[in-house]
Amino acid sequence: MNFEGTARTYGDDVDTDAIIPGKYKFDTLDMNKLARHAMEGIDPDFYNRIDEGDIIVAGENFGCGSSREQAPLVIKHAGISCVVAESFARIFFRNAINVGLPIIQIPGISSKVDEGDELKVDVENGVLENLTKNESYEGEEISDFMLIVLGEGGLPNYIKNRGDFVWPTK
Amino acid sequence: MGTIVENIFSEKFGETARAGDVVLVDVDLAMAQDGTAPLAINAFKQMDMDIAHPERLALIIDHIAPSKSEGASELHIMMREFAREHGIKLYDVGEGVCHQLMLENHVEPGQLVIGADSHTCTYGAVGAFATGVGSTDMAAAFATGKLWFKVPQTIKINLTGQTKQNVSAKDIILKLCKKIEADGALYKALEITGPTTKNLTIPSRATLTNMAIEMGAKTAIIQPDKKAEEFTGAKAPDWVMADDDAEYVREIDIDVSSLEPQIAVPHQVDNVHDITEVEGTKIDQVVLGSCTNGRLEDLEAATRIVSGRQIDDGVRFLVFPASKSVYMDAIDKGVVQTLVDAGATVCNPGCGPCPGTHMGILAPGEKALATTNRNFKGRMGSTEAEVYLGSPETAAYTALNGVITTEDD
Repeated sequence: MNFEGTARTYGDDVDTDAIIPGKYKFDTLDMNKLARHAMEGIDPDFYNRIDEGDIIVAGENFGCGSSREQAPLVIKHAGISCVVAESFARIFFRNAINVGLPIIQIPGISSKVDEGDELKVDVENGVLENLTKNESYEGEEISDFMLIVLGEGGLPNYIKNRGDFVWPTK
Repeated sequence: MGTIVENIFSEKFGETARAGDVVLVDVDLAMAQDGTAPLAINAFKQMDMDIAHPERLALIIDHIAPSKSEGASELHIMMREFAREHGIKLYDVGEGVCHQLMLENHVEPGQLVIGADSHTCTYGAVGAFATGVGSTDMAAAFATGKLWFKVPQTIKINLTGQTKQNVSAKDIILKLCKKIEADGALYKALEITGPTTKNLTIPSRATLTNMAIEMGAKTAIIQPDKKAEEFTGAKAPDWVMADDDAEYVREIDIDVSSLEPQIAVPHQVDNVHDITEVEGTKIDQVVLGSCTNGRLEDLEAATRIVSGRQIDDGVRFLVFPASKSVYMDAIDKGVVQTLVDAGATVCNPGCGPCPGTHMGILAPGEKALATTNRNFKGRMGSTEAEVYLGSPETAAYTALNGVITTEDD
């Protein structure tokens, strides 16, 4: 699972109200409509300035706050291919995998990537290549289960295909 | 040997579970609210499955109750129809905030509970392992009755000392947010203990556990005692306790006896200061309520301060009881009368302006003091508005004076 795109950089503690403000999210389930407001709380011009396939690179605790799954959904529907952060808030992390938005954790990454850098991400191995700076950074591999879920486009398909969770006992 | 959380997971899993283990377990209760249930219903439909245990589910309309728009009304209809079709308990407009309703009517010590709302960690107040999940995890639990969890490491919080007058549970948890910071408990559980904790009421304990998510925690839990048993009407299983040699990733001692009233200043919950540092800041709106501080004892604390007096002309004082039951008790005890006499607007039970959808949205440049749990930029309306977080006592004094204060004028 590899992606190439331009870096869009943010700092620490990007919260879910910044990703999708509450005033929009209770009116519709149409994510294409909501995606126009993606990241609006922190970057009002986000939707218009990004290109399909761009990669978000952020600091610690990305997606903190609410459990709202609209947060990873609007990022995905806005056209972002992958989110790389130093760490993720745990509910956002699960939600992203469940809705099929690839994410990887790389400690210290925000000081190594600048806005506009061209990036290549290998989600399976947790590796980010900075093509602009000709550097490579290793992060954390995600679990086999998460890779399967991502590969099937999210948890609904996973459950539909198996009728249950298929899980090692421990 | 185990922490409280490890012992709960061991019981549910059927064999020893320790921090770091990934386990698939049955869910005792699951809840979704009107901000998360519609997406969960959609995800569930994609799964093409039946509901595994409708009797273990609750759907609650609280975030936009009553509805503010046609779109929201349509999503409410979707929830009502889904609940009717599958025999799921639905709490409609006016019943109250999801977490208060779950505590009042459903949660028991030792249960494993998930909620499609980040503040589900509140139920640790009665000794349940409870954590927030997203809509698709919720849908998977609808379909299978189960969910997977990574057993978290635990941070032990030992609270000692007696708080001063006008210092309450909210001040303690704000202080803890400052100490641990917004990501300091990421992927971890908080076990809150110590003599101060034992002396707190269940509503005050819920104020503490409610805000665990503001430090990134997966949950917070307090060992259930007689108070928890009386509150829930259920006996606490003997395995809901930490072993003497349980391993904690960190231990934090806080003596609350010298604690001053605390306040979180814009725009981060861990940006906490002694109130004296911002005393005198002009406030446009005071909000008393929410799943953090909308219970009877919170309303009573404010009532004691505003009784027989008038709030400042320049401030709107909005009060949201956490549930219908809280509202009725507040009427019976004269609390509503006193608050309205003082100039407060007492609204229907529900989330009110806390999630930024309706009933008290801030305009650019406005400042609010709220007893809610988040002050993120744009949370309660305009991104150019500011939200300060404080206790019910601070809310009452601020409403009386129109500026942030904990003093009589």
